[in-house]
Amino acid sequence: MILFILCFVLFLIGLYGVVTKRNLIKIIISIAIMEYSINLFFILIGYIKGATAPIINDEVQAAVFVDPLPQAMILTAIVIGLATTALLLAIAIRLYRKYGTFDIRKINSLKG
Amino acid sequence: MEVYLLILLVLMILGSLYSLHARDLLSAVISYGIVGFGLVLSFLFLQAPDLAIVQVVVEVITLIIMIAVIKNTSREELPRQTNYKIAINFIIILIFAVVFFYIFNRMTGMLSEFGDHFTRMATPYIEGSGKTGSANLVTGIVFDFRAYDTLGEATVLFTAVIGVLTILRIKGRKKEE
Repeated sequence: MILFILCFVLFLIGLYGVVTKRNLIKIIISIAIMEYSINLFFILIGYIKGATAPIINDEVQAAVFVDPLPQAMILTAIVIGLATTALLLAIAIRLYRKYGTFDIRKINSLKG
Repeated sequence: MEVYLLILLVLMILGSLYSLHARDLLSAVISYGIVGFGLVLSFLFLQAPDLAIVQVVVEVITLIIMIAVIKNTSREELPRQTNYKIAINFIIILIFAVVFFYIFNRMTGMLSEFGDHFTRMATPYIEGSGKTGSANLVTGIVFDFRAYDTLGEATVLFTAVIGVLTILRIKGRKKEE
């Protein structure tokens, strides 16, 4: 249970960054941290003590596998996370070129 | 086993805290790398080698993109906020933390303890692994039982690539004038 809570603390740190930071790069880093903590949480749920990786091996017949379903889901989520991070960074570059700053308050006040 | 995971998670938390408070954006990005590579090691400890491989590649690419962005823009962090604003932020994050912790508590109440997971949904996938002919159950699920999910993922990736290309190509209004 302590692992779940630590994972949740990691999520909260990301949330703290999104809510309080003004720098766009820091906000993007916080979003990525939140995403990582969610990925880790899924894999933590699917873990079974003493189980082996879900790969079938003829020589060593494993008794139990860890749950392969969350792993498959997270495999998809990791790649999508990369795509969204790249998109966010591209938007950050555009904003920097236009306003010359990463400060979201200044970007907000220069509307139009 | 569990001790290693604990140490890794504490390291990841420290790295993420430092990356949020660093005065230099480059060191913020590098210490964000601690979180990503700690995640890789935790995946290895949690018997998920496929995920570890994918995460290494994704983490390296993310770090390269972020460092390229910082190289092309500025690496200085903004000046510190006033005490008054820091206090407001602290209150906001405290409220968020309480609400989220309440939800988290209710949500994880139904879950079994760490390591006592019981495979429900994946049992037919494991039993039907002979049908796919794939030795790796994860790839069997991703590309066979749930191939439509993967198709959706490919769509999202394609959309994101198109988005990045579009955003980086068009000229800003400032330059047109």
